[in-house]
Amino acid sequence: MPDHLHHLEQHSIHLIREAYARLKPLAMLWSLGKDSNTMLWLTRKAFQGRVPFPVILLDTGNEFAEVYAFRDRYINEWSLDYINAPCPPVEATDPGLPPNARAAARKTLGLKQLIAERGFAGILLGIRRDEQAIRAKERGMSPRDAQGSWHVREQPTELWGHYTSMAPEGGHVRVHPLLEWTELDIWRYVEREAIPVCELYYARNGKRYRSLGEADITFPVPSDAATIAEIIAELETTKSEERAGRAMDHEREDAFERLRAAGYM
Amino acid sequence: MSLPLAVCLAGHVDHGKSSLLGRLLHELDLLPEGKVARLEAASASRGVPLEWSFALDALQLERDQAVTLDTTRVHVRAPRRDLIVIDCPGHRELVRNLVTGAAGTTAALLVVDGQLGAEAQTRAHAALLRLLGIRDFVVAVNKMDALDWNEARFAARRDEIAAALALLGVAVHAIVPTSAQDGGNIVVAPPAAAWWQGPTLVGALETLPEEPAVNADAPLRLPVQDVYRSGTRRVVAGRIAQGTLKPGAELMVLPSGERVHVATLEGWPQPPQSAAAGDNVALTFAEPVIVERGDLLCSPVAPARLTPVFDADVFWLGHEPLAVGGRLELRIGTRAVAVRVAAVVHALDVDRLAPAVARAIATNGLGRVTLRCDVPVALDDATECFETGRFVLADAGVVVGGGLVDASRYPDQRRALKPANRNVVAVDHHISAVERGARSGHVGAIVWLTGLSGAGKSTLAMALERALFDRGWNAYTIDGDNVRRGLNADLGFSPQDRQENIRRVGEVAALFADAGLVCITAFISPFDDDRARARATAGHRHFFEVYVKSELATCEARDPKGLYGKARRGEIKGFTGIDSPYEEPSAPDLVIDTQHADESACIAQLVSFVAERCGA
Repeated sequence: MPDHLHHLEQHSIHLIREAYARLKPLAMLWSLGKDSNTMLWLTRKAFQGRVPFPVILLDTGNEFAEVYAFRDRYINEWSLDYINAPCPPVEATDPGLPPNARAAARKTLGLKQLIAERGFAGILLGIRRDEQAIRAKERGMSPRDAQGSWHVREQPTELWGHYTSMAPEGGHVRVHPLLEWTELDIWRYVEREAIPVCELYYARNGKRYRSLGEADITFPVPSDAATIAEIIAELETTKSEERAGRAMDHEREDAFERLRAAGYM
Repeated sequence: MSLPLAVCLAGHVDHGKSSLLGRLLHELDLLPEGKVARLEAASASRGVPLEWSFALDALQLERDQAVTLDTTRVHVRAPRRDLIVIDCPGHRELVRNLVTGAAGTTAALLVVDGQLGAEAQTRAHAALLRLLGIRDFVVAVNKMDALDWNEARFAARRDEIAAALALLGVAVHAIVPTSAQDGGNIVVAPPAAAWWQGPTLVGALETLPEEPAVNADAPLRLPVQDVYRSGTRRVVAGRIAQGTLKPGAELMVLPSGERVHVATLEGWPQPPQSAAAGDNVALTFAEPVIVERGDLLCSPVAPARLTPVFDADVFWLGHEPLAVGGRLELRIGTRAVAVRVAAVVHALDVDRLAPAVARAIATNGLGRVTLRCDVPVALDDATECFETGRFVLADAGVVVGGGLVDASRYPDQRRALKPANRNVVAVDHHISAVERGARSGHVGAIVWLTGLSGAGKSTLAMALERALFDRGWNAYTIDGDNVRRGLNADLGFSPQDRQENIRRVGEVAALFADAGLVCITAFISPFDDDRARARATAGHRHFFEVYVKSELATCEARDPKGLYGKARRGEIKGFTGIDSPYEEPSAPDLVIDTQHADESACIAQLVSFVAERCGA
């Protein structure tokens, strides 16, 4: 009897293979968190252990030291074709955004620059519906225009495993293999598959990081969960939000939507 | 951990779908910390009382206009069962987003405003959901607070909704009163509804049936998604739509009809021993057979059908109505081919939930059409295999519709693939066609008459035979009824047998033409593909397709053999023009209009056409 994780896993693998078949060249954003590591793991399952396209870190220079160390280790262990994409300074971002959102918007610009340089037709991203109500409105494949903008009112029809893999001239397609997963699904899968994750997720001195972003705008939350099993137990009962420690989400009601409309992940 | 049940939330715009779901999350204490305070703030800033819908409707425009624009999914940890509730917009302009949310689920929660009842949009949604494969319904008669939780008014709505859904043939498991506003009967029935003996909304959702179990014994269907090359090895990738797969299994590749064996199943970290429906597989073949994306791997015992033409129940989202001649891309499994609408069979009238005569399917409408692809496509009837029997239609890369295949009225072209028998070698005659023509004064030829029963084929054929004979020519008519008494006495009138009937006639006509005769055939021969094959069988020989044209009503009035009467009374099934299609020839060599011209003029037209082309 196939279980829910199997169902999610197979749905994701199909979408990753579909992206590889239809979007050339293809690349993946590897933000080094639990979600993008899971996505990388699913990619290896899809292609018999290989990762047949480059993985990208949008590097603000502000990631945690532990995150950089994790990256250096797994680039080698998993033989990844790694691209380090430096992000433009905060001064280059939309001054109309609140300050923490501007820090996050650096990644939007870094991605835009990279796509312009390398001409990627498709980008795989590990976003999920349950982490953020605006992300919840996404599609499996989401076409973006040359500016990277998300036209949320004109999202394509998507059904029965048929996706819209065509973007406007100069645009690209965002692919979201983890959209249907929840935070709890991810941790149960990490446990089942023994997927390596960064040690910052595990509690130290009564605190842990539940969601990893740039060091300057991401804060740990109170927790004693020091193992994956304890994290799962915590999530089964918690009422606090996954991104509670992400300052960019909480400045203004419309901040996240504005970031995403302009091309944020 | 069992599979959570996916339930699609649908109904007319403003009947309170998102509010009901937001309130349901609150009643089950599933909203995160601080969420209610944020919803209160977001509502207050817009000068409205607490809007539960804002828990789902996160977009600024959705909140400003208090309407769901796009679909989303929420996990609901109900006490007895995990649910995934898919919120869908109800607005008629946003049907594409409803389709996106609802497709792939088997159950729906239909929300109806108790004050307004099941309006046209509600019925249209229910019909669309049924087409998308949803069979299990729970209905919430919402806004009961505005009806003062009045039992009689609820009962009136319940009966009206039950009657409408009965027309669709779906299972309605519960019709429950609810109020998103006061939270009544979502988890607990309120005191005002002491009369209510039925389940709460959550209780009704928790007891919906499980999704039907996958039938592991069903014949294999595996659309080829991609082929990965590593060195000289080719690894075939795809997701199993139906059945199971093991190394050593024999497969049929469609459309080619080739047979292959599975050598290995590949995988990481370990290759699997076997794979089942829903699994993504990577496999290698034992034989050096090349396949590509779009091919369908099947069980050779029960393979898919192969046909360029089929009927389909469709939903249509395009800006312009879907009418005859419209060219689109058909995507089924991993195959994408050009397709055109050959006929509009009917449109669905949402007021009566019944078929209505129509020339087109309106935007956001449903109906039945005949589709013709440029090449034969491997597919199944949706009732046989839902995964390979459903398709989408795309226009310039944009999905504009979709539907379910019903190919039961058309022959399977796979059986027409000629078996290559390597032991048969053609023997040459010593008399050439030129020698035969020099003696008879005319060339051998095939005059292929096609048209509805009663159009005048036999009359014309026999008159042409007489006229040519009187000129001293060698001519002979093969007539449908005569052949079915002898050569084809073993064949009935199923699409398959009709195809074989025409195939044999095509072969015999080619032999007669070789013998130097003008061979006239008088068969309805309703299918384009069969006539095209007869022409292909004729090869280098003269072949003239003559469309004997008359309207159905006229043929039926003539009814020389009393067959239309029998067909109308249901005494004979699959009669062309009544309950089996006739495909008009797209490029006939000659059209004879027996509707308007009189008999002698028609005969004269045909005789002079043949005499000019076949005289030596």
